[in-house]
Amino acid sequence: MSNEIAILGVGMHPWGKWGHNFVQYGVAAAREALADAGVPWQDISFVSGGATIRCGYPGYVAGATFAQALGWQGAEVNTSYAACASGSQALAAARNKILSGESDVALVVGADTTPKGFLAPAGGYRPDDPDWVRFYLGITNPTYFALYARRRMDLYGDTLEDFAAVKVKNSRVGSKNPRARYRKCFSAEDVAASAMVADPLRLMDICATSDGGAALIVSSLEYARKIGKANAPRVAAISTVTPTFASSVVEMPDIATDSAAAAGVEAQAYRASLPVKAYEEAGLGPSDVDLAEVYDLSTALELDWIEDLQLAPRGEAAALLRAGDTTLGGKIPVNVSGGLACFGEAVPAQALAQVCELTWQLRGQAGDRQVAGARVGITANQGLFGHGSSVIVKC
Amino acid sequence: MSQKPQVPAIEGWHTMGAQPHLIGTQCERCGTYFFPKQSDYCRNPQCDSTDFREVELSRTGQIWSYTNACYKPPAPYVAPEPFVPFTIAAVQLEKEQMVVLGQVIEGVTVEDLKVGMPMELVLEALHETDDDIKVTWKWQPLGQ
Repeated sequence: MSNEIAILGVGMHPWGKWGHNFVQYGVAAAREALADAGVPWQDISFVSGGATIRCGYPGYVAGATFAQALGWQGAEVNTSYAACASGSQALAAARNKILSGESDVALVVGADTTPKGFLAPAGGYRPDDPDWVRFYLGITNPTYFALYARRRMDLYGDTLEDFAAVKVKNSRVGSKNPRARYRKCFSAEDVAASAMVADPLRLMDICATSDGGAALIVSSLEYARKIGKANAPRVAAISTVTPTFASSVVEMPDIATDSAAAAGVEAQAYRASLPVKAYEEAGLGPSDVDLAEVYDLSTALELDWIEDLQLAPRGEAAALLRAGDTTLGGKIPVNVSGGLACFGEAVPAQALAQVCELTWQLRGQAGDRQVAGARVGITANQGLFGHGSSVIVKC
Repeated sequence: MSQKPQVPAIEGWHTMGAQPHLIGTQCERCGTYFFPKQSDYCRNPQCDSTDFREVELSRTGQIWSYTNACYKPPAPYVAPEPFVPFTIAAVQLEKEQMVVLGQVIEGVTVEDLKVGMPMELVLEALHETDDDIKVTWKWQPLGQ
């Protein structure tokens, strides 16, 4: 029994700091995806939205908000919130609806508008809130990414030059992506000249937050055949597993990890567990993968993900990078969209944007960014509170 | 040196004195440690205990990783003016099999640290108020 669904259409509103309402970005992305699919809006029977928690009530009910904006037509709606994995969870909801036979074609859409400045916790004295505690102690978001980066340096010998090379690689390919926000080609010197934020990470090693919107039209394989799109790329797997106790890596916003002291409990690395279910579900392995879109919240984190996806043995991602294997034209190109380095994170849209890029690549429509002969792509991302995802797209 | 009394920045999270310990809890049934304290439900999926005892955690461990804060964190962090960058360490506690984050004492920079280095828990000022000095746990290279 196949769990596959077809990706009939994709669309994205360009990422940036446009200052508009998030609904506008989602509608633009949805309309582009509908036109790309050649499916009339009236035929969509399920609308699955990724929630945004920064835009008030309309953001909490994003599925309904987008459905209303596109014009109520009686479809069923869903809204998913799973931090950075919200888009993947919205996609999983659509897949369930399609595989159960309740819907034959669905819209999946996420969009966000980001505020200026720090995302600070609520005030007062609130030691029960881990987010309040860590900020009170001076531990910000870059702290966590810097801890992971420094560990790579001390354990595997990664260097600041390696991290800068990730930025240079992604900015070069991202400069060719019309939907990316940052389109300048940065040099290693540019990275080295940027301010140190959390040693060893500099400003240009860390991704920004952006406005953006992304959408997919997905359907049953039968529906795809019916409208002459039997060869459309397919979602072969979606993993949205939670961590397994005891989680061994200190994660934002926590001040400590789980304890693995109890009998029968082992320390487990969450990121590495995400693709395992995806590979199993797709019946594919790392050697089948032609390209990967990973969540490069920092340059160094891209190297962690390469190992988590088993595209390189633990500790050897930097060697892959240095050999040019992860660049466009290399053995296993990573983040040929330009990644978060060029987009900046638009939380509920980002996991869907990764799938959009894989779809263009698998159709051979990625232009100057095209990975020759791409047939299998994988995404990976991780967010707060035990949320993460990995999606495999194949043709 | 200020004559103001020293009080914990966060009440009940560590003992006071020269050899301070973090205060956590331990599940009475499976032995899992929790910091911050957890006394209502055990998060080990193999255990449904609701019985916990308060315990002092090991005050020494090894560096899991480290970094610093070059920019002033937002409130509720209370930063001195002018802002002075500070170092942060994640330290692995052997017995508890867990990693605990904290600032590193003043004067220690990332150049002084290495993954695997032994560290110990001490108390140092986090910030001052009109009435007292708020102290918190910080990591210090062992024997420094």
